[in-house]
Amino acid sequence: MSRDGAQTAAFTNGRSIELDAIPTLTLEGFEDAVLDAVADGERVAAMFGAAGERAAEMLLYVVLASDHENRLGVARTVIDAERFPSLTPRCPQVHLFEREIAEQFGVRPEGHPWLKPVRYHRSWTGRDAWGRAAHEAILPGVTEFYRVEGDEVHEVAVGPVHAGVIEPGHFRFQCHGEQVFHLEIALGYQHRGVEQALIGGPGPRSIHYAETAAGDTTIAHATAYCQVVEALARCQKSARAQTLRGVALELERLANHVGDLGALANDVGFLPTASYCGRIRGEFLNMTALLCGNRFGRGMVRPGGVGFGVDDARVAELLKRLEDAAEDTAVAVNLLWDTPSVMARFEDIGRLPKQVAVDLGIVGPAARASGLSRDVRQDQPSGIFRFAHLPVSTYDAGDVFARAYVRWLEIQQSTDFIREQLSAIPSGEVRVAVGALSPDRLVVALNEGWRGEVCHVAITDFEGRFGSYKIVDPSFHNWSGLAYALRNQQISDFPVCNKSFNLSYCGHDL
Amino acid sequence: MSTILIHLLLLLSMPPLLAGVINKTKAWFGGRVGPPLFQSYYDLAKLARKRMVLSTTTTWVFRIGPVVTLATVLMAGLLVPMGRFDAPIAFTGDLIFFAYLLGLARFFTTAAALDTGSSFEGMGAAREVTFACLSEPAVFFALLVLAKVSGSLTLTGMLHGPAGGFSAATAAPLILVAIGLFVVLLAENCRIPVDDPSTHLELTMIHEVMVLDHSGPLLGVILYAAALKLFIFGALLLHVVAPFQTGLSWADWSLFVGEMIALAVAIGVVESVMARLLMRRVTYLLTGAMLFCGFGFLLLVR
Repeated sequence: MSRDGAQTAAFTNGRSIELDAIPTLTLEGFEDAVLDAVADGERVAAMFGAAGERAAEMLLYVVLASDHENRLGVARTVIDAERFPSLTPRCPQVHLFEREIAEQFGVRPEGHPWLKPVRYHRSWTGRDAWGRAAHEAILPGVTEFYRVEGDEVHEVAVGPVHAGVIEPGHFRFQCHGEQVFHLEIALGYQHRGVEQALIGGPGPRSIHYAETAAGDTTIAHATAYCQVVEALARCQKSARAQTLRGVALELERLANHVGDLGALANDVGFLPTASYCGRIRGEFLNMTALLCGNRFGRGMVRPGGVGFGVDDARVAELLKRLEDAAEDTAVAVNLLWDTPSVMARFEDIGRLPKQVAVDLGIVGPAARASGLSRDVRQDQPSGIFRFAHLPVSTYDAGDVFARAYVRWLEIQQSTDFIREQLSAIPSGEVRVAVGALSPDRLVVALNEGWRGEVCHVAITDFEGRFGSYKIVDPSFHNWSGLAYALRNQQISDFPVCNKSFNLSYCGHDL
Repeated sequence: MSTILIHLLLLLSMPPLLAGVINKTKAWFGGRVGPPLFQSYYDLAKLARKRMVLSTTTTWVFRIGPVVTLATVLMAGLLVPMGRFDAPIAFTGDLIFFAYLLGLARFFTTAAALDTGSSFEGMGAAREVTFACLSEPAVFFALLVLAKVSGSLTLTGMLHGPAGGFSAATAAPLILVAIGLFVVLLAENCRIPVDDPSTHLELTMIHEVMVLDHSGPLLGVILYAAALKLFIFGALLLHVVAPFQTGLSWADWSLFVGEMIALAVAIGVVESVMARLLMRRVTYLLTGAMLFCGFGFLLLVR
């Protein structure tokens, strides 16, 4: 580990580091740093490119998270602007990061086993990793797909337009009868250019970009963005604001977890839980609205604290509503575990083995359901979570049931957390002024959103503006997990597997 | 004459009501108000007024599928007696005719689905036919039991039961047949636990996915034929589970309508309290139904 410490600059979640303090490694040194760290059980939280000093080269950054030592490591290297050796064959969890870098900078990761565009946009540099001409239209999903050949093998294509009112994504199944051999997922239909829009900020729009990076993860993304700004501005927020952020984050988790359990019930045709959870999700959303006037938490989290304070009457009302909703949730959810026909649909379906989850860098409830103890609130705590500890809920089966059950465990933990925090809410201002950002620094903010680790990385330029801004939504890590979980499953079980991950399309596409 | 008229009236007008009753029951279990009782009628009226969109890859098979299905199901409906009254058409061996009418309906539904060339519809057709391999023998065994019990080879005769009433010796096989037929009813009419009529997930559907490309009046025809089919299976099953009669004509007709609604409520309850089966376990359920009917027959011939 000491060897590792010498290679990367160590810091912690929500702290900024001077750019000059980040070691610029040789390419071999950089590769070794990543491979050694991953072999030691660390994760690649983010890997991204940045413009280099000369046009013929660029910078490659990696952020490694050591969950056991509660610290982060960052390193960079200078690579050729045309190509660099791919790390994916030796470290699968960077596969999508490398594809993303290839697409954004037109640099080719040599040796990448599955080098395809991620979001189907033009590169930021004018070069193209696939040698497409400038006049050639780039359309999402128009690409080669992995194909299985042979008698009785057939291909099923689903989306991008789906039967329900959901986001667009394209799914290609290679099937043998009802059995799925391979699933390939093509996204990018929701690409809006959020990271590009944040460059040059912070401006009045920046917080709104963060809030809408993934609409159902508003609080987690907004909190991560605010942590970035606050770390760079060296701003000290009040304990009251931190508590309220924590409460809002857990309310977001409650609403989504309850909604997911209802949706899982709906997908197996179990109506009672589906109907009740749909309503109870609304109760939790309304509690968020009680805090800030918006059901999805828009306007709640603001740089320097929170946008809205609470008085005692509102806290009392919130606690009362929480008790009612928690009671109803317990009834509706326990109905799932008590119904054998539901359990038969959940157990042993869509298994994601622990080692695969480690290799792919899975995060959030999906990782915890595969037996990994990964939770930013415990591993890289920030804000209120440094003072109030939430036990990590895990399960070892890795199937749909495990992912559902972990959600239920987290619902109970989050309810207790909110109850505890609201009963002893510290006094003080809810928002302090935020000054100018310090120049030439890098900051990483991690947050455990309901879907998993939300990661924001910002690098400021010499004027204290964002020179680069990287957002990693948990979905970015987890879509590969869903594709893996479908292997050798029945194609009719895809909806329930999909719902058990419930990943974001726009969070991936940004 | 009035019997035939009432038979026709009920056969043509009542089926969509059953879907309304089922949906109301499900809504009640879910704590919801649910769609109006007559929503299926409104839907049919709406679809009749709509324009059709026909894919250019489809042929006449695609258009004729729903029409043949409706015609055959209507014909089958004329063979099944309601309550204690005779069916409008009855002849020796009409049970075979009945079974193959339903087979013909299935053939044209799946042919129309395959005609689209869509991978979804092909998948649905494959599932439909696979499960039919198991549900059809179950129906045949059930009809054999009823023929043996009643000594008649017309549907009207065998469904009205033996002249001397039921005895202890026929009770056991009839209970087995009732269970088997109820499972077949759920499977044939795409209800939970076999299929989910309210899902929007194409990959999990059986019957619904075969008609995804149909629209407007043709879709209306399909929905109406599906409602008719449920009604016919219900009328068939009621003879086995509730062979009651009062002797008064108006009372017996009301009794039949009441029993039919009670059956719809029962289906709604089943759909509300359990989840769908795994697709590959559906075969176990249908094999079970076939065995129930088969053992019923064995009990009679021992």
